[in-house]
Order: sequence, then C-alpha cells, then structure tokens
Amino acid sequence: VIYAQIVLNGLILGGMYTCIAVGFSLIWGVLNIINVLHGTFIIAGAFVSLVAYERWGIHPFVSALFAGALLFVVGYLLQRVLINRVLTASVLMTLTLTFGIDLILNNGLILAFSADYRKLNLANPLGNLDLAGITVSLDRLIAMALALLLTGVLAWLLKYSKMGRAIVAVRMDREAASLMGIDINAVNAVAFGIGALMAGAAGSLLSSIYPFSPLTSTQFLLKAFVVCVMGGLGGVGGALAGGIALGLLESVSGLFLSPEYALTFSFLILLLLIMFRPTGIMGKKGFE
Amino acid sequence: MKMRLGLAALLVVALLLACTTNSYALRVGTMTALTMILAVSWNFMGGMVGYPSFATAAFFGFGAYASAILQMKGVPMALAWVAGGASAAVLAGLLGAALLHVRGHYFAIATLVVAEVLRELTNSFEGLTGGGIGLNLRLDTWSIIDSARLYYVCMVAVAALAVVVQIMVANSKTGVAFRCIRQNEMAADMIGVNAAHYKRVAYALSAVFVGMAGGVYASWIKYLEPPDAFDLFISIKPIAIVLLGGAGTIVGPIVGSFAWMAFEEIVWRNFLTVHAAALGTLIVLVVLFLPNGIVSLWRKKRVVARRSAPQAPARGARGAGPATEEAS
Repeated sequence: VIYAQIVLNGLILGGMYTCIAVGFSLIWGVLNIINVLHGTFIIAGAFVSLVAYERWGIHPFVSALFAGALLFVVGYLLQRVLINRVLTASVLMTLTLTFGIDLILNNGLILAFSADYRKLNLANPLGNLDLAGITVSLDRLIAMALALLLTGVLAWLLKYSKMGRAIVAVRMDREAASLMGIDINAVNAVAFGIGALMAGAAGSLLSSIYPFSPLTSTQFLLKAFVVCVMGGLGGVGGALAGGIALGLLESVSGLFLSPEYALTFSFLILLLLIMFRPTGIMGKKGFE
Repeated sequence: MKMRLGLAALLVVALLLACTTNSYALRVGTMTALTMILAVSWNFMGGMVGYPSFATAAFFGFGAYASAILQMKGVPMALAWVAGGASAAVLAGLLGAALLHVRGHYFAIATLVVAEVLRELTNSFEGLTGGGIGLNLRLDTWSIIDSARLYYVCMVAVAALAVVVQIMVANSKTGVAFRCIRQNEMAADMIGVNAAHYKRVAYALSAVFVGMAGGVYASWIKYLEPPDAFDLFISIKPIAIVLLGGAGTIVGPIVGSFAWMAFEEIVWRNFLTVHAAALGTLIVLVVLFLPNGIVSLWRKKRVVARRSAPQAPARGARGAGPATEEAS
C-alpha cells in the first residue's frame, strides 16, 4: 500500500511539474531561448491567487484564469518590446537578457510582497479522499487535474487552431515557416505569452499546496529545465513524460534517501542526461 | 604596447594603495581585485572560446573549501592557495571531459547545476566541511590593518597573474585556436585544431585563478558557508562584467570590473532595497544597447577617425556576437 501511495504522490507531483514545464518547453522550442523568467512568472501567478483569495475570497482554482491572462499580457509585451531585439543573437545574450529582466521583476515582487514564505491557506479545504488505504487530499487531486486539463487544452490548441499550427511550424523550421507566410514576430510573441500564461496558472494552482516566496523562483525554473531535458523538447508529450518521470523519481527517491536530497538527486540525473542523452527520453532528433 | 604600459601603471597604483591605512579602501580594493579575477577568468571560456559557462561559483567554492580545509590541517597559507587553484583546475578538467561536447543552452545549464550539486554536497559532508554551520579559520596573529593589507596585496597579485597569463595566451598559438573555435568549431576541427583539447585547456585556465582567489578569500574572510561560497551571483557577475567591458578582449574585463564595482558601491550604499533591480536594469541596457561592451565605444570611434567611414556593423548572421580581437 505504501508503494501505491508513493506512486500516487509522484503522479500528482508530476502533473504539477508538467504544467510548469510545458510553457517553458514551448518558449524554448519556438523561440530557441531559455526563459530565465519562468520561475518568477510562476511566483507572480501564485501571488495573484494569494491576493485574490485574501482580498475577495476568490478560490485559486478560479483565479488561475486571471493569473494566466495577466501573465499572458506581461509575457506578450516583454517579448515584443525587449526580448525580440536579441532573438537572433548568441545563447549568451538571450540568457543574460532574460536574467537581467528576471532580477528586475523578482526585486519588484520582493518589494511588493516581501521575501517571506507565504502559503494560501484555504478556509474550508475539501478534505481527504480514502481509497483502500491510500489517502489523497482532494484539493491536490483537483489542482493536478486542472493542471493536466490546461496542458491538454494547450495540446489541442496547438494541434487544431490556426495559431497553434503556426507555432508548431515555427518550432519545426523558422525559415520555412516564414516563407509560407507566417508572421514570425506575432508567433513568437504569442508563444511567449502562452508560456507565461501556463507559468502563471501553474503558480496559482501551486499556491495552496506549496509555500512560496520570490526567492524560490530559481527552484521552479530549474525543475522546469530538468523536466524539459528529461522529456526532450518534443512538445507537450515530452513535457508530460518528463514531468511524470520527475514526479515519480522524486517521490520514490524520497523513500530511500532523505527528502532533502531529492533536489540534488534530480540535478545529478539531469547532469547524466545532458552528458549521455541530451535529446531526452521522448526526444526527437532535431530538437537538441 | 600602450595597453601594457597602462596595465603596468595600474598595477603600480594598486600596489601603492596598499600603504593606506583606510580599511574601507582596502576592502573595496580587495573586492575589486577579486571581481577582476572572476571576470578575466570567465573571459578565457566565455569570451575567447565562446562557451557560456556558469560554473564560476563552482570553481570559486571548490577552491575556497579545498584551501580552507588544507589550512585547518596545518598546510601553510600560500601553499593552500595554490592547492585551491590546482584543485579547481582539476575539477574543470573533469567537467570539461564530461560536458564540453554539449553546446548552447545545455552546456550553460549543466554548468549552472554543477554549483548547485556541489553546494548540496558541501552541506551534507559535515565532517569535512562543517556542513550548513560553516567553517571557521583561525584568526591571524598580526594586526587587523596589516592582515587587510596582506590579503589586498595577495588578491592583486593573483589578479595580475591572471591578466598576464591572459595576455600571453591571447598572443600565442593557443589563443588563435580559441578564437578559431569561437568563430566556427567544426571548421576549426577540420583544419586540424584539436577543439576538444583546447576547450579543456580554456576551461582549466578559467578555473585555476578563480580557485586561488577562493583560497585567498577564505583566508581573508575567515568564514565559509555553502550558500556564500557557491552563490549563484558569483557565476553571473563575471558574465555581466565581461559583457559590460567587451567580451573576448583583454582590456574589456578589466574596464568592466572597475565600472561594475563603482556601480555596485554606489547602488549598495544608496538604494539597498532595489539593488538587484538596478543590476538587472544595467544588464538589460548593456545587452540591448552595448552588446560589444564599453571597449567598443572607444574602438568604434578610433576606427571611424582612421577611415572616416562608419565601421560595418558587427551584427551579421550570428547577431551581436562578442567583439573580436581582430577588429582593432
């Protein structure tokens, strides 16, 4: 029974990681940049939910929509105004630029909300579900379901909407896509906005589960990176595989090692993967 | 030649500063020398070879801890510093063998993660490193101002050594190989440049002085703890400084270090709460408007004066890459 419990915990964790990583993976794949801002976007989403809940009593499952919409606008504008200028420059330039913007935004969050650890405490939690000896918090289960639902919606949009097809086309081959009449700048900005939206929504969903602070943004960023490397940059499927794999890995390794080593452990896995298989578990050729 | 005379003059001025009894000036001077060591060292890998490494903090912390532990075991200070540098270089060699075949984002993040892993390991090996409690070194027997002077002079000496080695490398066959790899690694490999070998050399060079500086830092501050020694900022700072000054050039990292320290001292003193945001703004402005650094301002002017025609913009197919040595 304890194994089933651990696997279930791992799956829930994995669902959240998928939601965190899918936006990061989208931005990386389409714009070919590492978005260092991703961690701060997540924390910003969490704070939106915190404020909405404490001021107006809006449940985080609802305010996740607002957080996502707000961050879409922020991401869209940031890409259009700043990041677009260095998109063709070297890796170092794009990485440094997003790092600089991250310092500014993160400092802003600290000024606005202080660096203290916060958590959204629900006044009336839904309680626990008992399934043949396995206990699950219903709130967590629903948060995970919503995260996966959101990921599913994104996958559907990428597959069936016009903009989604354009985004996938740019990810596959930028030059060819622009020759087919796709407005690359618009696609870039929308993709960055969607990446920020997913981060914001993930942050909202996480806000009632994990304590957060502007200082924890790096942890979320590194987690997103680990998931992308594990799953490969093959789109939503890769993020899902990587997310679930990391979630399971962390909860299973917590059984043998003490939980404080979970992060180190996943970093070691990351290093090994980069050394030997940089395209990831599900990786396709051409995305490295 | 003019540049070398200028650097020699700078070194003389720096050594004269050691006569002062103003301990604030000595502290800022030591920090400036330390910053310069980080920037010049990163320039080997990031500027000359063009690989975005984020492992400076790993080298710094590793060298600092190695040197501090040796000192506690009774090894003389100077010897411990050299050992700190050597151990960082060995770490870089091992990392290079494992990681230098990956490029771009993957290389950047892999090197970033190394410092995180080392920090956690340092946290857990309590017997050797003191874990999260940290490591205390014995206090010096001589007076406070004398020890401040000593560490200042030592830090300046390491910085001077790093700069001299960088000049020598830039003018040697190795330097040519580094620049070949930056411009086109595959082509460099084809014409017989052993890219794998030179990348490892560059990586070891970018670690050895950082490790030594870590050793001097540990002796100077007398206290080490993992979040301090493996601070992410130690990796980021040299990158921002080299970009600010001018990547791939000799003078760039030096000019950048002074500009950065001046900026940092002013901001720390007056706007403590928005310190990070101010640094972020500086970074954004440099990347957007001065991608080839301060050095390029002066250089562009000179070229314009000579040819009385504007220099062809450096934004080719690869975009705003680092300024090349050959541009002058």
